[in-house]
Amino acid sequence: MSDASLAPIPRSTLSLQLRRFRQNWLAMLSVVILLAIMAACFLGPYLFPFDGEEANFDAINQGVDFTSIHLFGTDDYGRDLLVRTLEGGRVSLNIGFLGALVAGIIGVLYGAVSGFVGGRIDRVMMRLVEVLYGFPYVILVILLSLLFGGGNVALFAALVFTLWLTPAVIVRGQAQSLARREFVEAARACGMTSRQIILTHIVPNTMSTVIVYSSLLVPEVILSESFLSFLGIGIKEPQASWGNLIQGGTAAMSTDIRLLLLPAGLLATVLFCLNFIADGLRDAFDPNER
Amino acid sequence: MIRFLTKRAGDGLMTLAALVTLTFFVMRLAPGGPFSSNRKISPDILANVQASYHLDDPLVVQFLHYVWGVVRFDFGPSIRFRDYTVSEILLSGLPYSLTIGFWAVVVATVVGVTLGILGALRRNSLIDYSAGVVAVIGIAVPIFVIAPLMQVYFALTLGWFPVGGWGASWRNLVLPIVALALPNIAYISRLTRAAMIETLRENYVRTARAKGIGRARVIWHHALTGAILPVVAYLGPATAAIITGSIVIETIFALPGIGRHFVDAALNRDYPLVMGITILYGGFLIVFNILADMLRGWLDPRVRNE
Repeated sequence: MSDASLAPIPRSTLSLQLRRFRQNWLAMLSVVILLAIMAACFLGPYLFPFDGEEANFDAINQGVDFTSIHLFGTDDYGRDLLVRTLEGGRVSLNIGFLGALVAGIIGVLYGAVSGFVGGRIDRVMMRLVEVLYGFPYVILVILLSLLFGGGNVALFAALVFTLWLTPAVIVRGQAQSLARREFVEAARACGMTSRQIILTHIVPNTMSTVIVYSSLLVPEVILSESFLSFLGIGIKEPQASWGNLIQGGTAAMSTDIRLLLLPAGLLATVLFCLNFIADGLRDAFDPNER
Repeated sequence: MIRFLTKRAGDGLMTLAALVTLTFFVMRLAPGGPFSSNRKISPDILANVQASYHLDDPLVVQFLHYVWGVVRFDFGPSIRFRDYTVSEILLSGLPYSLTIGFWAVVVATVVGVTLGILGALRRNSLIDYSAGVVAVIGIAVPIFVIAPLMQVYFALTLGWFPVGGWGASWRNLVLPIVALALPNIAYISRLTRAAMIETLRENYVRTARAKGIGRARVIWHHALTGAILPVVAYLGPATAAIITGSIVIETIFALPGIGRHFVDAALNRDYPLVMGITILYGGFLIVFNILADMLRGWLDPRVRNE
């Protein structure tokens, strides 16, 4: 007697969440803009016959001129501003996405173990997080990047090291309440070890929170990287990054604001997009949050 | 109350002790030292100089020496700035950072909470959308982009305020305070709006209205007390970070605060100054977290009884 047409079409939670995300036009627009900027940063520099560290002494401090090869002009070494900005974007986006991924993974595992195991181990692990929170952020990053030997890899490691704390705290809270649920008890009764339970039950159940939070980590990493490069302790000249380009732009802003506006505008656009995407993901994964 | 305070103070001291230990050894593990420079120093002189700062003792002895000093509130001499002690350096810069930071916190809280409440009361109205735009800008556009743009527009183009520097006039303070407050306005208005919307749906708010208490009093007295709790929790750590000086703001506006020492001390391997700054920041963080928890307990009996 059952009427097949009345039965709901089975849909996975994920496909429902993705559909909710696609209906959010602001988030979708952000995705499109972000993809365009990423394509420009990763492919754009190859369209020009020079790279961003190459000085053209015949065209020093050239202004915006769409008829010349230097579309947005050059800096006071005759280096092409657009190419430098795109190359800086490549570094920032790489560090941002990779950094958020690594920091997210570390945070999830740490938080899941701490929250699930509980007791004294939990207290010790959380005290460590608290101590690391107490560090002045800049000093910690400088010390760590010195400790890791300087350079971009050390900077990356230092950024990750400072950013896994908040996901760890969030996941711990979730793991704590998950640990009391019946299906975890059932898993234990069936003879699963703590390690198996954490990896197959706790971690997957925290995923939606983690995805939402990690999407917020990406702009945070990019912001931190450019903040440090702005201060001259992140990515250093002659290699371009949004932070050190903006720093150079502020030094020259009273005479030539173009050097500030292009990298600052691109950085702000990327951060806007990432924030809107994170909001969209939160609404899609966690409609009750709003 | 006294039990709560002693427990929190004890926890704080333990955290601070761990922080001091960790900073001390991480700092010493990092390569380079305060006297490694391009200029060659003769080994005898180097040995003499190092001995005068006790840098030739075994690390553990140095650590105990330092801790004994900290217990007596003696944070040692700065290595980079000769003839100055760490306390002198930090105390001379702190008034500037505290002034800017204090007003930035006040502005951020007042403006942020007001925007949040208005947004929550008139959802999807013009003011809600404007507050939303301000929030998105404040969160997404970094302070080191906003501050130079403010300099260009308000100082160079309009000439309302000086570009930077510390002067007798209040005009010097306006741009740095606004720039420092803006990202916090953004966070606080978002937190307030979300919490206010939730609180207005609570049973106790409906009960208060049903008993005939006026709308304004319910909003400002009953609902706001509940809605402000997440803001207070945010303000604890945020205040510690803001009043210890923003490196970016102090660099861009050329202010003589302590923010720049955070970078310089670590880069120069000025060991005592790094330790001093870490203790100062860590101390502020602990104190303001305790204050925030006390305030939350005073506002909300549920927190108090935990």
